[in-house]
Amino acid sequence: MTDTFEPVIIGFTCNWCSYRAADMAGTARMKYPPNIRLIRLMCSGRLDPTFVLKAFAGGADAVLISGCHPGDCHYIEQNYKALRRYLLLRRTLEQLGIEPQRLKLLWASAAEGAIFASEITKLVEEIRTLGPLNWPTSNGYEKMFATPEEMVLEEAKA
Amino acid sequence: MSKNGKPKFAMYWAASCGGCEIAVLNIHEKILDVDANFEVVFWPVAMDAKYKDVEAMPDESILLTLFNGAIRNEENEHLAHLLRRKSKLLVAFGSCACEGCIPALANLSNVNEIFSTVYSTISTDNPNGIIPQPRYAVPEGELHIPKLFPMVRTLDQVVPVDYFMPGCPPESHQIASVIDLVIQVLEGKAELPPSGSVIGAGHSTVCDDCPRKRGIKKITKFARIQDIEIDPEICLLEQGILCSGPATRNGCEAKCPSAGSPCIGCYGPAEGSVDYGARLMTAIASVIDSNDPVEIERILDGIPDPAGMFYRFNLAGSLLRGSKASWQR
Repeated sequence: MTDTFEPVIIGFTCNWCSYRAADMAGTARMKYPPNIRLIRLMCSGRLDPTFVLKAFAGGADAVLISGCHPGDCHYIEQNYKALRRYLLLRRTLEQLGIEPQRLKLLWASAAEGAIFASEITKLVEEIRTLGPLNWPTSNGYEKMFATPEEMVLEEAKA
Repeated sequence: MSKNGKPKFAMYWAASCGGCEIAVLNIHEKILDVDANFEVVFWPVAMDAKYKDVEAMPDESILLTLFNGAIRNEENEHLAHLLRRKSKLLVAFGSCACEGCIPALANLSNVNEIFSTVYSTISTDNPNGIIPQPRYAVPEGELHIPKLFPMVRTLDQVVPVDYFMPGCPPESHQIASVIDLVIQVLEGKAELPPSGSVIGAGHSTVCDDCPRKRGIKKITKFARIQDIEIDPEICLLEQGILCSGPATRNGCEAKCPSAGSPCIGCYGPAEGSVDYGARLMTAIASVIDSNDPVEIERILDGIPDPAGMFYRFNLAGSLLRGSKASWQR
């Protein structure tokens, strides 16, 4: 099972640095696994933890949050806000049984296409080893967010 | 309509504490209006009635059912389906029915773990190791007790719900105003709000109703109310007290923060918010006054139980609905 498991990773990148890093990786024809789906935000500070939770609830195996390096934010210091939200969210997710490796924060500047590509490769490998998350609310698109089988009757054993 | 021409009213408790029923009785003389305008046909806390009496009623014969409590076991689910069928208006009444509330914190643990904690740990005097069985034969016949579901669900995750009335419990003045509204609708003087709306609550956040002064929030240490001398004028969050006001729907007149105790979020997510915990995490993370990861982690250590803090009332109603432990086989 694990050799055929292809993780689904949702990546949130900021418009000014990390999305351009991905662009850079593309134009320079650097190879990285196709498991990541990037969503561009204007800033990593725009990242509402709801996006991350919705990704996990909808079937993502991992989520990447990527922004400008500390001090480089286009909006002065909103990436610090992203950092704080990430650190807090990671603690909450851990209590909900989502391993900390499944939520990654990556600073990547527009010139760091190579770093972006290699970090994604590393993340995909890490998640492949960790295995699928398969949150039960993600049971197929039509049934997404419907009440999953796992929530209904099963006899409890002490 | 019943024989005496009055529309029928029902109230039921599923997985709940009974506080919602107290809140209804707490509307003082307004309760006489309920009696004057409705025939109470089913209300296990207040009167004797059997489930089979409800089953015998024609479908949609009850005008208004206030359903409080979350769906924890088979019996809760059966009654949710039954009352849905028999009622014209089904109201998810109180935080448990709307979003899971305290019973849904059980979604942080596996149901077997809950069972063994209750029946087999040192705090339970159970020398013969008796575990309740869903079916048990006695000389008089077979006894049934409802089975527990692995996860607690909200009412609207089980049956369609017409209105949501949040609060733990809903404030009495809000209940009174909702009852007034229904009576006015019956008299043709008002119209019902659109189906699916939240009733008996505000459309903003607790902060908007809070009388405390708000300034710039820069938190370097979270504290609990017993640890510090609280300024009676200033915003509690500004003083480092974890307050859920920024994410919580108003409607309670900010009773807790006015009394010097932080909002704990019983009125549920503010209008437009998809996931209560996410909204509160956003607010709390934004007020932390540090850009250094090590320092931020130290400040965050002041929140000993993040999942319990951010999803105290909302775990079943959240996007993830519980922890991996609760659904993993």
